[in-house]
Amino acid sequence: MTPPEQVLLEVDESGPRPAERSAEKTGAPAIAISGIHKSFGSQVVLNGTNLNVATGETLAVLGRSGTGKSVLLKLIIGLQKPDSGSIRIHGQEIVHLDLDAMNEIRKKMGFLFQHAALYDSLTVEQNVAFPLKRHTKMTESQQRDRVKKLLASVGMERDLKKMPSDLSGGMQKRVGLARALALEPAILLLDEPTAGLDPITSGEIDQLILKLQVEHDMASIVVTHDLLSAKTIADRIALLHDGNVLIEGSFAELEESDDEFVSEFLKRDS
Amino acid sequence: MSSTLTSVWSPANRFLEWFGDLGFFSWQVLRSAVRRPFEGRELLRQLDDIGSRSFPLVALAGAAIGAVLALETRSSLVQFGAKSMLPAAIVFSIIHETGPVMTGLIVCGRVGAGIGAELGSMKVSEQIDAIEASGVSPYKFLAFTRILACILMLPLLTLAADFSGVMVGWIANTLVEPISFQKFIHQGLAGTSFNDFLAPTFRTAVFGLIIGMIGCFQGMRTQGGTAGVGRSATSSVVLSSLFVILADVILVKLILVFFS
Repeated sequence: MTPPEQVLLEVDESGPRPAERSAEKTGAPAIAISGIHKSFGSQVVLNGTNLNVATGETLAVLGRSGTGKSVLLKLIIGLQKPDSGSIRIHGQEIVHLDLDAMNEIRKKMGFLFQHAALYDSLTVEQNVAFPLKRHTKMTESQQRDRVKKLLASVGMERDLKKMPSDLSGGMQKRVGLARALALEPAILLLDEPTAGLDPITSGEIDQLILKLQVEHDMASIVVTHDLLSAKTIADRIALLHDGNVLIEGSFAELEESDDEFVSEFLKRDS
Repeated sequence: MSSTLTSVWSPANRFLEWFGDLGFFSWQVLRSAVRRPFEGRELLRQLDDIGSRSFPLVALAGAAIGAVLALETRSSLVQFGAKSMLPAAIVFSIIHETGPVMTGLIVCGRVGAGIGAELGSMKVSEQIDAIEASGVSPYKFLAFTRILACILMLPLLTLAADFSGVMVGWIANTLVEPISFQKFIHQGLAGTSFNDFLAPTFRTAVFGLIIGMIGCFQGMRTQGGTAGVGRSATSSVVLSSLFVILADVILVKLILVFFS
């Protein structure tokens, strides 16, 4: 008989898991972006951007509004296509994948949207169970157990039956995070996890993300304007400017930079 | 000259682009529809939302049409000494044209606007992106379930409109000149075949396809925040009403050719 924990984590194995396993062997980064270009009409958003994120590493992407930080996340999860360049997930090129193959890759990723994007016709419980129902072979009771466990990990276990409209912004982000973690993703993408939240709730969300990173050992990209949050949760920071990574390194390395834009950017929020 | 060409070409270009996008959208819906899982629970929710919640309005409108037809037609038929034709006039008119078209247009207003606004709101709040990001096809989960529910419910709603129209037509007629329901129906259906009833009722399945398809399409391509949601709701109603009326003309001609 299969132990309950093993059953809970059983995901459809039709996806490109072998690619992930071979990537682990070859030591390929979890996310490798090279020479990405993306424009909207005449507006160039990303202009040959390069970024790598290793398994277990958290990269914070900073930059002024409109510099393509959220676009970068949407390119990684395939919601938008780049004009040119390469995106590799665990060594597998995803830019030219068809929808079915991309959906298999998406099962390995969790995405927290800027405003949580909870499905407003579903309860908190149904929101978190949404990916489980469609991508796992769990029974109803196993799904319920998993949802409870996920919601408990973000401190929302008492709000199972609430509708998203009954939740505050911080609570919605927590539920969004639980939903993003439902399939035990190898990669977590967070789009402004603390935007619009008060400093205390922002701090709580940061601590929650840190705790989940330790527990799940994921590769994460956090897009944020919140320097304190970036400093708290990221191993490495990349600053986007004019469609490219201007500087990449630890927060201390950024603080030591002589670049005028970097100094101004860090000073503005400090 | 150049500005005249631009002023003609630009709307024509947008029109062709809209049809191209609609074609691509239809292909995506069709493609996703044949793949597992089949989203049965969401389909049931949509059947309830589109069907049972439209029922009171459709039945009430059918009843009003039945009463008006009985009152208006009576005086004309009496003038020509054809009072006995009144049940046939009411039943034939409701079943053939008034019931299906009225149901189609009411559902355009209630359901078309609802789908356009709901999906539009989901689009601008990134809920559709979230569905896609979780590896689920929004074309199936959101669009196909709603389109199929519209296709299945329109004929049933038409039956409800027809039934309440005929019932109230009989009541209105009986208040002026008592006649048994059995005799009313017997006279009403005299000279009609099953095809007279079947084809007009089931042509509303095409209306359902139009309403569901255009509502979902307009909703899922919403841009521009809450103002965009409003525009999607309005355009869903306007375009689906327009296409229902056009389809009605074409289908009536086809029915006359193949079923008469």
